Amino acid sequence: MTMHKQLTTGGATERWGLGKLKLLAASMVLAASANAATPPTSEVNTTGLAVTDDTVNVGILHSVTGTMALSEEGSVQAEILAIEQINEMGGVLGRQIEYIQEDGASDWPTFADRSSKLLRRDNVAAVFGCWTSASRKAVLPIFEQYNGMLYYPTFYEGLEESPNVIYTGQEATQQILAGLNWIAEEKDAETFYLLGSDYIWPRTSNKIARKHIEDVLGLEVVGEDYFPLGHTQFNSSINRIRLKKPDVVFASVVGGSNVAFYKQLESAGIDLVDGDMSLLTISVTEDEILGIGGRNIEGAYAAMKYFQSLDNPNNESFVKAFKERWGEDSVIGDVTQAAYLGPWLWKAAVEKAGSFDVDKVREASPGIELETAPEGYVRIHENHHLWSKTRVGEAQRDGQYKVVFETQELMEPDPFPEGYQ
Amino acid sequence: MFSDYSATELGSIFAMQGFAGLILFAVFLLMALGLAIIFGQMGVINMAHGEFMILGAYITYLTSNVFADYFPALFGGYFFVAMVLAFLAAAALGALVEWTVIRRLYHRPLDTLLATWGLSLLMQQSYRSIFGAREVGVEVPDWMAGSFQVTDFVELPVNGLFVMCIAVAVTLAVYLLMFRSSWGSRVRAVVQNRPMAGAVGINTAKMDRMTFALGCGIAGIAGSAFTMIGSTGPSAGQDYIVDTFLVVVFGGAASILGTVASAFSISQAQSTMEFFLGGSMAKVLTLLTVVIILMFRPQGLFTLKVRK
Repeated sequence: MTMHKQLTTGGATERWGLGKLKLLAASMVLAASANAATPPTSEVNTTGLAVTDDTVNVGILHSVTGTMALSEEGSVQAEILAIEQINEMGGVLGRQIEYIQEDGASDWPTFADRSSKLLRRDNVAAVFGCWTSASRKAVLPIFEQYNGMLYYPTFYEGLEESPNVIYTGQEATQQILAGLNWIAEEKDAETFYLLGSDYIWPRTSNKIARKHIEDVLGLEVVGEDYFPLGHTQFNSSINRIRLKKPDVVFASVVGGSNVAFYKQLESAGIDLVDGDMSLLTISVTEDEILGIGGRNIEGAYAAMKYFQSLDNPNNESFVKAFKERWGEDSVIGDVTQAAYLGPWLWKAAVEKAGSFDVDKVREASPGIELETAPEGYVRIHENHHLWSKTRVGEAQRDGQYKVVFETQELMEPDPFPEGYQ
Repeated sequence: MFSDYSATELGSIFAMQGFAGLILFAVFLLMALGLAIIFGQMGVINMAHGEFMILGAYITYLTSNVFADYFPALFGGYFFVAMVLAFLAAAALGALVEWTVIRRLYHRPLDTLLATWGLSLLMQQSYRSIFGAREVGVEVPDWMAGSFQVTDFVELPVNGLFVMCIAVAVTLAVYLLMFRSSWGSRVRAVVQNRPMAGAVGINTAKMDRMTFALGCGIAGIAGSAFTMIGSTGPSAGQDYIVDTFLVVVFGGAASILGTVASAFSISQAQSTMEFFLGGSMAKVLTLLTVVIILMFRPQGLFTLKVRK
């Protein structure tokens, strides 16, 4: 039954922004379901969460200052948008969501401290937040100790499965395997060159990529290279790549390095559009292209689950609503969309459980489906990750991706992939 | 590693590699010159050097937008205007910072470290509030993009050549200013013996302010040039600060020639090792070598002989 509700709400989302009609629709939904959907507080909250007869508090915990603000800004915007849309439709179990936003300040101990404040002092029913694996690892013990629920949006290296986290981004295999299969076939590729920034996510991703290339595809890895975070000079490394002449460069460079890498690649005369060499990245979303510049990355491929240019009605209304709320110039990357799913998945789980209690929400979560997701249909797996498709996009000069491939089936999340470790 | 290649291919790869080393040299030199003046001549540890560079980068970004909107016909030349504006803006801010903060701390050099670090945080957050947390894309004119085909194999990046020209020009200008102008001799007089310089009628406070402003202005030019090869974001300056200090300290703090020599040796070592060993390993070995050399020669490569 939950699903039917989700479907009708999709309709309401499309009407987002139509003024009075929107309000009328929302109040009708509210009126029609008022008695059925507003159970007494004592029933839906037995563990002392911040739930009243007409509100429920949740937390948003991202960096809005410091180096990571660059990446996390989009996630905050998406989560606020989702919460506002849910409230517009009458909230969750008849209660309006009120969010308490905390700043992790790009500092992992601060993340831990703020999450402790959200869980212990504010007693929030759920937290949407964190971006880097380091920040997630810092808050994890606190969420487990005080039994909170975290919705984590970033694609990450896997190797984790906590009962207190729902991972709305892809773990590594979901992002990498299908993309490699596609490019090996499409480009007739035989040799690969792996490179990335030097920390856990690129290293784990490249480990998985290497195993897949060598053991499953039976092809060759001709080089592997890592750079310190913040590395800005790539000319020598580009010569190194030139020397090895790989068919495909598989790149997971992050941060400011990313910008430097693609600018220098372009000016070194390596042509990703018509040249012999292809590039497949797992770290450049539309957000990053803003800084890199479309002309510098045109022709590169990215393996993601979501691109802003996805052609489906859910995404159309999502992009429209996002731009109305946050400005016409906004771009929406993979993680931003995954962050948008958080509040919706939580709402669906709460409604299925008929309660805000974290234990009941957790129990209700596996199997929760979302047919209104901008990326298309997603479902929560027993391991708390999402079933979702892998897509490959080709970077365009205007900074958008053109989708050139998507998997037929949803990819199963596999945070502890056997044979890849 | 080389067995599969013909002699021509190898030759051209090494030619490009040599060129990559020179570009890195130019980048290091541009980064370090401003700091060499401030740290070397004044003894101020300016942790906000990277943020002054990013100020130059944002000025370039604004200039490119203005040209794109109001003078599209002149867009190809906006970069030169941008560099002048970047120099002026960074120098003006530098003078202001010197007047409000630094001049009160000349007798407490370690406190300048804390104060300028605080300043760097302040500047980062200001950029974030003004320009947004995301990186901005600076559109370069067409003639500065792409590469310059020398032979079938050898391609030289145009922006790399451009950075090299700027580095040479700025170094030359600094040299003339410091060693061939009366202003330069007054600056050096203040550095060598402040009471005596004051006694012969040099306004030492004004000299300090102008020296600091010059160092910051050069950082602004560097930042403007780096929009072609790196990122422009609120905290991008942090990517440069470690290498900058490395070059200046290794070169010997008070010597312009030392800075040039140090930038050259570090960039050649790093780019060669990066080619053979990869990015992370090259960095580790470069730092290790520098540390070992500094253990034996703590004053750096070159030093001014000053009577103690």
